[in-house]
Amino acid sequence: MTQMNMIQALNSAMDVMMARDPGVVLMGEDVGYFGGVFRATEGLQRKYGEHRVLDSPIAEGGIVATAIGMAINGLRPVAEIQFADYIYPAYDQIVSELARIRYRSGGDFCAPVTIRTPCGGGIRGGQTHSQSPEALFAHVAGLKVVIPSNPYDAKGLLIASIEEDDPVIFLEPKRLYNGPFDGDPNKPAVGWNSHPRGDVPEGHYRVELGVAEVVRPGSKVTIISYGTMVHVCLAAAEKAGVDAEVIDLRSIVPLDVETIVNSVKKTGRCIVAHEATRFAGFGAEILSTVQEECFWHLEAPVLRVAGWDTPYPHAFEWEYFPGQARVIAAIKATMEAS
Amino acid sequence: MMRSRLHVPRPPARPGEKPDFSYVAVSPAGAAARPDPNAPLSETEFLSRDMVRVLDDEHRAVGPWNPHLAVADLELGLRHMMLTRAFDDRMHRAQRGGKITFYMKSTGEEAVSVAANMALRPSDMLFPSYRNQGLHIARGLSIVDLMCQLLSNTRDMCKGRQLPVMYHSVKSNLFSISGNLATQFPQAVGWAMAAAIKGEDHVCSTWLGDGSTAEADFHYALLFAQIYKAPVILNVVNNQWAISTFQTFAGGEGRSFASRGPGYGMPGIRVDGNDFLAVYAVTQWAAERARTGAGPTLIELVTYRAAPHSTSDDPSRYRPKDEEKSWPLGDPIERVKGHLRTLGSWSEEREQTLAKECEDQVSKAWKEAVTYGTMSDGPQLDPEIMFQDVFKEQTPNLARQRMQLAQELKERAAK
Repeated sequence: MTQMNMIQALNSAMDVMMARDPGVVLMGEDVGYFGGVFRATEGLQRKYGEHRVLDSPIAEGGIVATAIGMAINGLRPVAEIQFADYIYPAYDQIVSELARIRYRSGGDFCAPVTIRTPCGGGIRGGQTHSQSPEALFAHVAGLKVVIPSNPYDAKGLLIASIEEDDPVIFLEPKRLYNGPFDGDPNKPAVGWNSHPRGDVPEGHYRVELGVAEVVRPGSKVTIISYGTMVHVCLAAAEKAGVDAEVIDLRSIVPLDVETIVNSVKKTGRCIVAHEATRFAGFGAEILSTVQEECFWHLEAPVLRVAGWDTPYPHAFEWEYFPGQARVIAAIKATMEAS
Repeated sequence: MMRSRLHVPRPPARPGEKPDFSYVAVSPAGAAARPDPNAPLSETEFLSRDMVRVLDDEHRAVGPWNPHLAVADLELGLRHMMLTRAFDDRMHRAQRGGKITFYMKSTGEEAVSVAANMALRPSDMLFPSYRNQGLHIARGLSIVDLMCQLLSNTRDMCKGRQLPVMYHSVKSNLFSISGNLATQFPQAVGWAMAAAIKGEDHVCSTWLGDGSTAEADFHYALLFAQIYKAPVILNVVNNQWAISTFQTFAGGEGRSFASRGPGYGMPGIRVDGNDFLAVYAVTQWAAERARTGAGPTLIELVTYRAAPHSTSDDPSRYRPKDEEKSWPLGDPIERVKGHLRTLGSWSEEREQTLAKECEDQVSKAWKEAVTYGTMSDGPQLDPEIMFQDVFKEQTPNLARQRMQLAQELKERAAK
């Protein structure tokens, strides 16, 4: 085991996969010589050569399209989109092409492309460097969608994603790159070195897609979350003094319905929390599943904690961000209902 | 007073008006020089303005681009083109007869696909557009298989998931056709980049229409191809019309589509797309460039879409009815026949025999294809097939929906 932050863990995952499989190539803006604006690919071009770690033009649609072509020709590209907010020029290639090549060709062609992209707020990024677009990809048939919340999972999930023969959208909560963030911007930042999930094996291991993790067992209310919000929910549960069970979904497609349903049937209460805007957000999908599968076990309405339905405002970061107070309010509301 | 004025392009002739192709600059056959495929850009730039032509008005092959094809190759090319046209005509009628839902003919554009394929190796990868059926036929796909795709029947390679004409073949190196425009262009560049990364000498070739060059994907393709010197051939089939949108709306006014190439730093070649020998020659030139590491080539194939855009289209509502007859570059099939005649190896009798063979082949194939089912008769695909291939392994969510559909179908059958 080695102490790693999330960037180092992601770097290690790509390093491991490039060493194991000559077909793995990296591409993206600034990823080569410079090692990426968040340093996720640092040192990899020097180690594997400029043919396998490609600096790309600033053209996200072209990056994804050429990654698809490479995958059709037997490579296993990992494309970095510098910020999730920049992914939309590639949306057609992702939704109409990448997601459907296996389907439309009757299973004859497939495109094993992994698209890594930093998402989420909390870094004063304003409305073009803070978005959480996971619902836009979860809604598309044929894409897997992964969002890790710690270095250990990040590495194991990225290795599993690269090894997948299906395309994966791999969203990296950038506020978690350097340490777990519990939603309180006034507390001094802590690193991953004091967190158990900052211990990361150096070699190859997988964290399977579609398997959620109960990160805090409890009996009174189930809080379902992923990414940065996992840490916010854990802190909020602690402060609320309620015996809450917190689930980290880790991947939202495939969705681990079983873990969700078992928990809610046990607790009878449920809160869904994500950073993304609330209206038609992924929380609505979880909520529907919960009421379909657990309706007769519910003792209170299922609540959502989310970002407001506005763009992410630069000056009001901590009024926008669904912090501990919003989660605690939801815990109280669900505990007081009925 | 000087002031700005919005320019809205319009075609030279609308329904009821006299066709006018005076805007098409046509070079005399044999006039354009043939630079070395590895020559610097400054020595190839004229090719984006002139027009490479080999067959002259007397159907003789002239000039430096003459690929000196053997008679047997010319006859094979003619056979593929005639088979493509016979297939198109029969499938268009099948749609009109309600047997298939949709079809797109390539009439008048057969040389674009057939000649290009002949100049490439079978190991070269092709990313076609939706009007490149000549590629599939020239690569030897079975006509029955193509028809089964059109019928969405039990032998459909796409398992009933794709609109007719969106074929593919792993074995023949033909990528799946999308139906969304221009997306294949930068994908083909990626395929070619991978070939270069792997150090293989395979080339990739891709096609789109003049109208689709307006899409960002076209520009991504040129940019990435040139940056990485990808071994790719980028073909713009300028058939003048994108449904009712004239090529000027994609920027064809005053500047050729081929001229986009030098703008990105690669050669652009404007070629007579109805001249089988010229299409063959420029493809061969571009393939040599690609295979020797010199990078991509943009080819503009100047042709005319003699057919409607699709079976859902009525061109008489936006262009003169007989415009095709005034097209200055003639018909690709007639021109190859004419050339064979000048070589003394063609006769009325051989032409009739070949035409009959093509029609018989198509009829025989159709009879077989329908035995595997049509939309209304015969064996049918199991609807549960729709849940396969969304992912490599079916997710629990899809497995549940498959069972739900099975129940629905059971109840429907019981009624």
